[in-house]
Amino acid sequence: MLRYAFKRLISLLISLVVASVVIFAVIEVAPGDPASFMLGVNAQEDTLAALRAELGLDVSNAQRYLDWVGGMLVGDFGTSYTYRTPVSQMIADRMWVSLPLALYALILSTLIAFPAGIYAAARRGKPGDLTVMGATQLGIAVPNFWFAMMLVLIFAINLRWFNAGGFAGWNKGLWAGLHSLTLPAIALALPQAAILARVMRSSLLDILGEDFMRTARAKGLTYRQALWRHGVRNALIPVLTILGLQFSFLLAGAIIIEQVFYLPGLGRLVFQAISARDLIVVESVVMLLVFAVITVNFLVDLAYAAVDPRLRSRT
Amino acid sequence: MTLLQIENLSLSIHGAEILKQVSLDIAPGQIVAVTGESGSGKSMTALAVMQLLPNGAVADGAIRLQGQDLLNRPEAELCALRGAATGMVFQEPMTALNPVKTIGDQVMETILIHKAMPRAQARARAQEVLTRVGLPPDRFPLSRYPHELSGGQRQRVVIAMAIALRPKLLIADEPTTALDVTTQAQILDLLKGLVREYDMGLLMITHDLAVVANMADRIAVMRQGEVVESGATGDLLRDMQHPYTRMLFAASGHQVTLPLSPPPRPLLEVAQVVRTYRLPRKGLFGKPDHHRAVDRVSFTLNRGERLGLVGESGCGKSTLTRAILGLDDVQGGSVQLDGQPVFTGHRPNPAVRRKMQVVFQDPYGSFNPRHRVARLITEPFHLLDAPPTGSERQDRIAEMLTAVGLGPDDAGKYIHEFSGGQRQRIAIARALIIRPELILFDEAVSALDVSVRAQILDLLADLCAAYDLTYLFISHDLSVVRTITDRVMVMQAGQIVEQGETGQIFSDPQHPYTRALIEAAPTLPETGMNVA
Repeated sequence: MLRYAFKRLISLLISLVVASVVIFAVIEVAPGDPASFMLGVNAQEDTLAALRAELGLDVSNAQRYLDWVGGMLVGDFGTSYTYRTPVSQMIADRMWVSLPLALYALILSTLIAFPAGIYAAARRGKPGDLTVMGATQLGIAVPNFWFAMMLVLIFAINLRWFNAGGFAGWNKGLWAGLHSLTLPAIALALPQAAILARVMRSSLLDILGEDFMRTARAKGLTYRQALWRHGVRNALIPVLTILGLQFSFLLAGAIIIEQVFYLPGLGRLVFQAISARDLIVVESVVMLLVFAVITVNFLVDLAYAAVDPRLRSRT
Repeated sequence: MTLLQIENLSLSIHGAEILKQVSLDIAPGQIVAVTGESGSGKSMTALAVMQLLPNGAVADGAIRLQGQDLLNRPEAELCALRGAATGMVFQEPMTALNPVKTIGDQVMETILIHKAMPRAQARARAQEVLTRVGLPPDRFPLSRYPHELSGGQRQRVVIAMAIALRPKLLIADEPTTALDVTTQAQILDLLKGLVREYDMGLLMITHDLAVVANMADRIAVMRQGEVVESGATGDLLRDMQHPYTRMLFAASGHQVTLPLSPPPRPLLEVAQVVRTYRLPRKGLFGKPDHHRAVDRVSFTLNRGERLGLVGESGCGKSTLTRAILGLDDVQGGSVQLDGQPVFTGHRPNPAVRRKMQVVFQDPYGSFNPRHRVARLITEPFHLLDAPPTGSERQDRIAEMLTAVGLGPDDAGKYIHEFSGGQRQRIAIARALIIRPELILFDEAVSALDVSVRAQILDLLADLCAAYDLTYLFISHDLSVVRTITDRVMVMQAGQIVEQGETGQIFSDPQHPYTRALIEAAPTLPETGMNVA
């Protein structure tokens, strides 16, 4: 198990290095000069040169890459071209919204999807299954911003249980923060839960057809017992894969939901940075997301091994 | 008193009739074998006794276990009986165990689900049972996972789960079909011993008549959902009443006469072939070990000769086959066909490739279901520089389909319209269509029912006469190899331990492994010949 974990860790580090090179190459080598963009078309040549020097754009690409990576390792992501504030501070502020939101949505989606998927699989072809499958079909088809608007309409405007938007901040206490993230988290979670429930169901149905399920029944287990003791854990493997992918998406893919609820999250930050050609911010956020995705995949790999003993020994 | 009484059991699944008026009795300590070809309803009979029938099954008649009818019993009562009063062993030990649970947990589960007791006590019981089936905990700790065991060992675990509570009735559905002959002999001995020791009734489902004849006290022969004949083993073997029973036994021991092979002229020359696989590294920076799947194998296959290759799973048969076909490069030695290397440098040699064709085991998986037969069997044409076109192509297709016992009209059909035996004929037509110098049959008749297998063997013998075939016949089934080859090689752990004239090897094996193989293969007593 330790060797397996160590091997996964090595591959994680390699992925990070490769990703950083690719991101740097794509963004920095892309045409367009941030300095001339900031100063406008009429800028003087010497002003431009001074700004380039200030931004560290006047050295070789390799040197800039090393500076960038070295800086990130000590938490220095550079200075935003547009806002002239440290990028690390900007990201940290947004992270405190986006990360809890992603986790919140992921937990909600799991809480909805697992029971729904298992319930549907256990009642394959019966009304319960058809109802769940119909609901998930709807959940996949309907875009999440529409859910978001409906939630706002019902729970914020009519019932007045929640605020229609904005983020209260964590300094007013955990409850206030969670409260303002609840509607966005639900809106994000519903389509994800629909996908996850379908994966859970089909994965479990595959397992239910396996020989060892029949063996379990031949031992005297009831259908339910066999399902829970032998089915669910085996069915988790494909579900974990989807779960890992979803987390990465939730972290950065929430831009529309952030917009609907006026949340100061990472998605909006990237969006603004791209429009303003604030490459250093884009680069840093992308790198951070890559880091998150790779880390989540690493955790999913470890979870595989926890679930499936065959992976532990096959190093 | 009878232990199990099946009376006029009829069964239909979604309206399709599966069993018709099946009647069977089993007494304590008695082994009753149900035999028949695929689709005869023998497995459904077993599942009906366990009441583990698929959805949509409607049963009629009676299944009485110690006088109590099992049909129409509430599910809760059936759950209490399964595993406690009746145990079941399945065909495929590789998939019958849950891969994510330890063998100890899985055996303990049978005990704990029926009897409330502390886990420590259940663990001790599980240890006893596993020891009884030949997996003592000092060598096979309860913490082992199924993937750490061989097929035979897994089957022992399945048996341990089934007998943990000493059920009165044990049902075994093809318990040794997936195992090698030597393992099969051990498992059959184990089952026999358990029946005697626990005074259990054993309902054994198997298609293998040699196993039936050696194991069973009584035999029931099934065909298309009906028991066509049943009786005490000795009586039934002496005096078969039903023509189907006679046909089954005749087909099991079916012999063919091959035309004489021409004077030896080498075609395939395999010299000192070594094929190794890299194993995972031992330490983080340790050198990886290598596994020699094929270890310095040398042999010559002459033109017009029919050569057999036998050995148990994992002996390297398939690896050697792949090396001969040029699918894998070898790490040492050479493979030459007609004096030309199969591999030139590290690339397969197309000039040699077009002289070889192969027929695989699985008649279901080896065809693209979306292509018509004409396209399927002409696939090897792409190996030719100038493949036949137009009417010449049509003639070749018609000729081949006729040669393998099908009609030219079949060219326009899809593969799902054919039975397993017919598909294997199509596979042979596909191999034959470019008139290869050498054909490899890789377990080509192993998946077929005995009667179909007999027909395919006849077909091969006919084709040998018509087309002067040269082939390498790879099989684990000694009886088939015995009749369909001139010479045979025995492979063990990557090496050829013995080779010679087929008749000679079977009547006077020299190597201890060959002897063990032949000895372990069950024989059909009635005809007095080895059947394997």
